[in-house]
Amino acid sequence: MSDNRNVKIRVRNLSKVFGAQPKKALELRDQGLKRPEILDKTGQTLGLSNIDFDVYEGELLVIMGLSGSGKSTLIRCLNRLIDPTEGEIVIDGQNIPSLKEKELLECRRRHFSMVFQNFALFPHRTVQQNAEFGLEIRGIDAKERTETARNALKQVGLEGWEDAYPRQLSGGMQQRVGLARALANDASVLLMDEAFSALDPLIRGDMQQELLQLQHRMKKTTVFITHDLDEALSIGDRIVLLKDGEVVQIGTPEEILTKPADDYVRRFIEGVDKSRILSAESAMRKVRSTVRDTDGPRTALRKMRDHSLDSIYILDRDRRLIGLIDADAASQALEDGKQTVTEVMTQDFRKVTRDEPLHNLFAMFSENRFPIAVVDDDQVLQGVVVKGAVLDELAQAGDH
Amino acid sequence: MAIEFPRIPLGDWIENGLNWLTSEYSGVTRGISGITQTGIDGLNDALMWLPDWSLLVIIAGLCWWLANIRLAIGAVAGLALIMDLGLWDPMIETLTLVVIATLVAVVIALPVGIAAALSERLYKTIMPVLDFMQTMPAFVYLIPAIPFFGIGSVSAIFATVIFSMPPAIRFTTLGIRQVPTELVEAADAYGATRGQKLFKVQLPLSLPTVMAGINQTIMLALSMVVIAAMIGADGLGSEVWRAIQRLRPGDGFEAGIAVVILAMLLDRLTQSLRKQGKG
Repeated sequence: MSDNRNVKIRVRNLSKVFGAQPKKALELRDQGLKRPEILDKTGQTLGLSNIDFDVYEGELLVIMGLSGSGKSTLIRCLNRLIDPTEGEIVIDGQNIPSLKEKELLECRRRHFSMVFQNFALFPHRTVQQNAEFGLEIRGIDAKERTETARNALKQVGLEGWEDAYPRQLSGGMQQRVGLARALANDASVLLMDEAFSALDPLIRGDMQQELLQLQHRMKKTTVFITHDLDEALSIGDRIVLLKDGEVVQIGTPEEILTKPADDYVRRFIEGVDKSRILSAESAMRKVRSTVRDTDGPRTALRKMRDHSLDSIYILDRDRRLIGLIDADAASQALEDGKQTVTEVMTQDFRKVTRDEPLHNLFAMFSENRFPIAVVDDDQVLQGVVVKGAVLDELAQAGDH
Repeated sequence: MAIEFPRIPLGDWIENGLNWLTSEYSGVTRGISGITQTGIDGLNDALMWLPDWSLLVIIAGLCWWLANIRLAIGAVAGLALIMDLGLWDPMIETLTLVVIATLVAVVIALPVGIAAALSERLYKTIMPVLDFMQTMPAFVYLIPAIPFFGIGSVSAIFATVIFSMPPAIRFTTLGIRQVPTELVEAADAYGATRGQKLFKVQLPLSLPTVMAGINQTIMLALSMVVIAAMIGADGLGSEVWRAIQRLRPGDGFEAGIAVVILAMLLDRLTQSLRKQGKG
């Protein structure tokens, strides 16, 4: 994320008034009136007011707010399912609010795929035909779109379900079809409108993980709407917090948790923000696999593959942590004919003790991509903390 | 003292209007009349040309294919009864009128219904017109039909189309409006044009409702072509009409039962079409 900061969508000064005389409502807004007063005076609803934010290329941006915060309106303004009253939305140099109808269709086809809260699958079309929809609309020929859609279905794990109808699938599978329809389209931005909110918690967790993996793999710019702070914290690269149609805070999950912009955010994360009394131990997981200093790169690679790890810790005879090697380094070492992992291991990772306060770990994660090792006073490896686990732990603490 | 209002000559105005229409547009009405009559004769001759039994087999087969064996057996029994009562030819004439009236009605109703679903203004204009068409006593349409198209089947078709069209329009509009917003949004979000949205999403999803409307139209058309016997339409209606004039309740009921059989057949057939439409 930090290595690629090109702005994909720039939103400036975006406002939306629901009602017949939006000018009047905006005038009152400029005089400093808030949504309820404007509604009283004019009978019009100020849905969004002066929204500014950027979506960076390849990031997963979460727009988070409670119901009535304007988040659904906001995402629909991006592809103009709702016409904004004023403001700019610029994507690749095009200002979306000023597009003519034809240009708008073209823009939607090229730039936006959308996944909906209640799936919005076409009941009269098979899974395959649903996945093909975007391509069909764009006039891609039958052969190519069949293949592309098939691939997309494969990516979301729906191989073999091509000829089923949506009603024959469970909720989770239906939303996979929704996701496949979006992926097949290969638009440059993925819009997800409360995409997982209708799913039960277990499936929801799975889908979040899969989305993260997909997103990691494809680097697809994603705007994700949710009302659920846990969800926002666990999947968002950055979060835009909305309240009553205004932006309250924009920042990484860490920033939101550690530096809440105002009392509203503070109250919001109150349940979650237990980091100051939680320690590294609470978020620590067992280490799934390690290698010895005498092992070769081939062993390291095999263990990483067997346990789906990106990197692995290296221990000496007394189980003391002496280094870390990641998959790339190990492959390189294998090619170069290195004998032991110690020749290529790195020290560039963080070590903490069990009682390290959890909130200190945030900063470490933003500086370093490797998991944080938890060691005792003798440097013996106790466990590992991954980024998601910290947030999970905080989120769970919030539930108690 | 009561103030006396002059009686508004509403009837005279309408009559003048109709007279003006008949004289100004006699060319048009005669043209329509000619085309329609050709259609009626053609279809009627074709159905009559087929031997009775072969038509019976075709209808039974259709019932079996679209619905089930029970409907096919019922169709055979019902049609055999009609044949036995010597009402086969009037039944074919009635069927012809219903088919043609329904075709005309649906051809007009579908685009109107679609347009009304997509335009709020048209919707508001057209709904009271439909109320008028449906609640005006059916007989009244028969009267202006005669100066337009003369006595006979073409007038019957004209009156029938007006009377039976409203449900097809209403149901089409309803069907399209009932398509969930999210699905329309999904089509929009992927950049569908209005045409793509209509043909790929809105129409297919409203098909069961549209079919229900067409079913209603057929039923209304059947009831109207029977009444249209009063202005000289052929068919089962004229059998009933004759029985009334001669005070022969037996004949009247025989023809009436034939109408019921035809109605049930058409109803069940179109309903099974509708269920197939649901997929």
